[in-house]
Amino acid sequence: MRYSVSHETSYHYNNAVSVSHHLIRLTPRPLPYQRPLNHVITVLPRPAVLDTHSDYFGNSVNFVTIEGPHRELSVRSECEIELSPKRAVDAKNTPAWENVRELCRGNTHLDAGRSCEFVFASPLIPLRDEFFEYTAEVFAAGKPILEAAIDLMRRIHDEFEFDPKATTVATPLQQVFRQRRGVCQDFAHLQIACLRSHGLPARYVSGYIETVPPPGQPKLVGADASHAWLQLWCGESGWCDLDPTNNLLPQERHITLAWGRDFGDVSPLRGVLVGSGNHHLKVAVDVTPLPEPA
Amino acid sequence: MSQTEFTSKQAALLRNYQASAGNYDEIVGPDGSPRPHWIPLLSSLERLNPEELAARQDNTRKVVREHGATYNVYSDPENVGRPWSLDLMPFVIPTAEWSQIESGLIQRARLLNLILADVYGPQKLLEDGLLPPALIFGNPGFLRACHGIQPPGGRFLFVHGVDLARGIDGSWRVLADCTQAPSGTGYTLENRLVLSRVLPDEFRESRVHRLAGFFQSARDTLRALAPAGRDNPNVVLLTPGPYNETYSEQVFLARYLGFTLVEGGDLTVRDRRVWLKTREGLRPVDVILRRVDDTFCDPLELRADSSLGVPGLVQAIRAGNVILANALGSGVVEMPGLMPFLPGICRHLLNEELQLPCIATWWCGQAEASGYVRDHLDELVIHPAYVPVRVEPNPVGKLDTAARESLLQKVINAPGDFVAQEQIRPSTAPAWGNGGLEPRPVVLRAFVTASESGFSVMPGGLTRYSGGSGETAVSMQRGGASKDTWVLADGPISNVTLLRPPPHVIRLERSAIEVTSRVGDNLFWLGRYTERLEDLVRVLRCLLVRLTGEAGSEETPEVSALVRLLVNLDLFPQRFRQGYTLAGVERETYLLIYQTHRLGTVREVAGRLRGLAFVLRDRFSADTWNILGRVQVSARARPGRAQAGEALGVLSTLVADLAAFSGMEMENMTRGHGWRLLDLGRRLERAINVITLMQAALGLEKQSQAVLDPVLEITDSVMTYRRRYFAEPQWPGVLDLLLSDESNPRSLAFQFAALAEHASHLPRENAPAGLEVPVAQIGALREMLQEGDWQALAESGEEALEQGALALLERCGLGLRTVSDSITHLYFSHAETRVS
Repeated sequence: MRYSVSHETSYHYNNAVSVSHHLIRLTPRPLPYQRPLNHVITVLPRPAVLDTHSDYFGNSVNFVTIEGPHRELSVRSECEIELSPKRAVDAKNTPAWENVRELCRGNTHLDAGRSCEFVFASPLIPLRDEFFEYTAEVFAAGKPILEAAIDLMRRIHDEFEFDPKATTVATPLQQVFRQRRGVCQDFAHLQIACLRSHGLPARYVSGYIETVPPPGQPKLVGADASHAWLQLWCGESGWCDLDPTNNLLPQERHITLAWGRDFGDVSPLRGVLVGSGNHHLKVAVDVTPLPEPA
Repeated sequence: MSQTEFTSKQAALLRNYQASAGNYDEIVGPDGSPRPHWIPLLSSLERLNPEELAARQDNTRKVVREHGATYNVYSDPENVGRPWSLDLMPFVIPTAEWSQIESGLIQRARLLNLILADVYGPQKLLEDGLLPPALIFGNPGFLRACHGIQPPGGRFLFVHGVDLARGIDGSWRVLADCTQAPSGTGYTLENRLVLSRVLPDEFRESRVHRLAGFFQSARDTLRALAPAGRDNPNVVLLTPGPYNETYSEQVFLARYLGFTLVEGGDLTVRDRRVWLKTREGLRPVDVILRRVDDTFCDPLELRADSSLGVPGLVQAIRAGNVILANALGSGVVEMPGLMPFLPGICRHLLNEELQLPCIATWWCGQAEASGYVRDHLDELVIHPAYVPVRVEPNPVGKLDTAARESLLQKVINAPGDFVAQEQIRPSTAPAWGNGGLEPRPVVLRAFVTASESGFSVMPGGLTRYSGGSGETAVSMQRGGASKDTWVLADGPISNVTLLRPPPHVIRLERSAIEVTSRVGDNLFWLGRYTERLEDLVRVLRCLLVRLTGEAGSEETPEVSALVRLLVNLDLFPQRFRQGYTLAGVERETYLLIYQTHRLGTVREVAGRLRGLAFVLRDRFSADTWNILGRVQVSARARPGRAQAGEALGVLSTLVADLAAFSGMEMENMTRGHGWRLLDLGRRLERAINVITLMQAALGLEKQSQAVLDPVLEITDSVMTYRRRYFAEPQWPGVLDLLLSDESNPRSLAFQFAALAEHASHLPRENAPAGLEVPVAQIGALREMLQEGDWQALAESGEEALEQGALALLERCGLGLRTVSDSITHLYFSHAETRVS
């Protein structure tokens, strides 16, 4: 599949901002199943500094400074993406979840995949008894890890309601859990918390899904903005993607931007401004399928 | 004197000293006689009689207070800045023993530095199984944003603090490491300055290693850290601010080392560089010695909710444009979870045995360790594995059943999050108690600093001891006290410098201390509050003197005029217009002096003044700070039942102290922008006060003659008036003297002249469009005052004089407000708010 992606974020500040610094994580990762082409980021007003570096998790980050009074800021990211089918993983043949847990304790040495990095609590994902208890029955002894994770994903999808008004970026996970509603970010965090509380390594993925479905297919939930899901390390089966918001294993309709321990590591746009009060924010995401090249 | 002779004589000092049998005692050996290295000190002290010793202890307290050393205890809001407490008895360590500690400390600093380089680099220790990955990946102190940033020369640690205690067997053990922003070096130096003054002979005779060399070396190394090509590097000390528990030491250090003390808000990042905001514009910063914790340093890349940091700082470091000491992320090796692995890592990285053992520690994440922990639970202390131990918790055996159960459940659920540690019984050393010397458990914080050749150790350190003899938790937060640490030399001491007064030991540079925008604001308000307090105190004193005099009665014209003057000034309630009793007036006056939670009382204004002085401590000399400290103390001295005499005493002392402060300021402050802003505030406030006072006086319908003497007294112009007129005061003369006479420092005209002078000197190049320094407006005000012909008005009758004066005051008041607004806009409105 080929897609054209455009993602524009614009801020309007009530008072002039004299200096602002931003971290931008909007560059799609090159992956065996994902090839980004002609990626361009445009920032207005023109930044005094635009640096690029690779972060701890290998995501590409832009550091931007805008100097001089400004009331508007817009960040536009555009590219084309070529997605190919992922290596097929048969859930039934993935290792028992306890085996993965043993590999990832991190109490002796680093395993080759460094996956144990993702079994610990992180700033937005605390590990609590209630998350463990909620999913204990899913993790029957000896169950293949991906099967268990798929069951868990279905359970979250069935029991939680998608509701953009229920939460904000600042809503704690415990509250999401109590009120049983939230958005893709919350569901991804929640499933990660459940997996980690069983000692399994899971990471947060930020990205997009196609906004315009091919004829005859339903539009995916959460398609109008950036999307979030997760990856679980399944031992020799490697990292597997799971999207609890849509209850599916992402294939050729998910575009990966960045991954980390939780949203805080991969926030697409994070900024600190000096000199303003309130601001208005507008986000527009457009992911359109392109005809296959001849 | 031989040792045997001495032992028989030392009975006086150690007579009641009861070293507990189970502990190692520092001064008394197992045979009951003093250990040899304490003898020179003991024999010096023997020369002093008990009265003299008591006097020296008092003196210690006094000198500490003079130095302004304080320790902020978070839980005590009324009392920001409890005086630092220092024991008269130093802690003594002989050379031979110290050189072992020293070599162990240097090894430890090298080791932790190498671990940091690996953790923030290739992470080989994790791959090789020498350091469990969980201790890094699960550690909130591991800053992923800083991974890959290797500071120049691989120097992560610039200062390293190590808490040491001596166990029962007499050997030293490491209790904890401080590797991000260790506190204590400044207090150590202050302790030394105080004690070498209080015990000069004892200090000399004991041949104590000096501390100055350590600071000299620290300062040189810090300057040498600056990125290449910066000739005269600008080093700043980044403080979390005046409410931090060790702010006073930070002020002291900044002054001593000659670095500008800055808060996060004083710094800004532009073009990947860090700049200091000053009145004159932005100044580049090359090196930041920080006292802000790791995660608070940059709200953009680290904790978003931090208001103590500098947005963009991490990028500036990444770009190599600024050096942080210690490097960001250094805190990760403070965790006790690291301790069990240090011997192995030391062998692996340095090919050496670890010289200074840590307190026995088990990481519960290891299967073998958790077995031992289960079996010896009650003797052990359980502590989070990632959080540095600052206050030692109770051993499990001393917890009640519920606390024990809940702790154990947590350990079982997440064993890797916890360590178990042996409970140490630190050695005891003599401290002055009620009856003489008493044994107290001690912990020594030693310091290592980076030097040109690697690391060097401060020959001394901060010794802390706990309040009770039975306690083991040694923490300043819980009311412990400190000691100077004397490392004795074998040979003669090379006399570096330290016996000279503190701020001049190291050459201060004129440009080193700059007026940041924040400091400017505070100086301006300090000027305003000083003047506001003086005016208030003078008004109240003028009244109180008349209430208590022989002539004091309700009918005295001056009393009656003053009461109504205070009503007009909104100090007294309106009901006093209808009538009052002397007792009622007296009561209201005391309320205006002593009441706490009310705006505008003497106590409240003095509190604000002191608050400002407190945050500006680094701008004032020790003497000036002393005076400002007194302003607070006298206003707090509230008598059980307020007596007029005492109240008058409080007011008069305040007047004298405020005058002393003005004198200090006139004589000692360099005439830079800082002084100008202070004086600007003072002049603006005094001008407002004169206008308000005269409006209130002119507003009295009758007996307005009787108010003239008090008005002259309040404005401190009695003598001037008498010299000029040799007669009872009359309105035209008073108006001329207090409004139009530019030669009277209390007059409105004088304030305007001073404002004009300041305005013409303030920087104007950065003025925003449409704003101008209000030189012209002030000129117009001055002219307006000169036009007031009071004699001519008086000839047209009392009414005309009163109306004319009021009209002029009204116009001056309005004009002054405009001037004040433009000054505020020009110089104070860029106190910007921050959102994220």
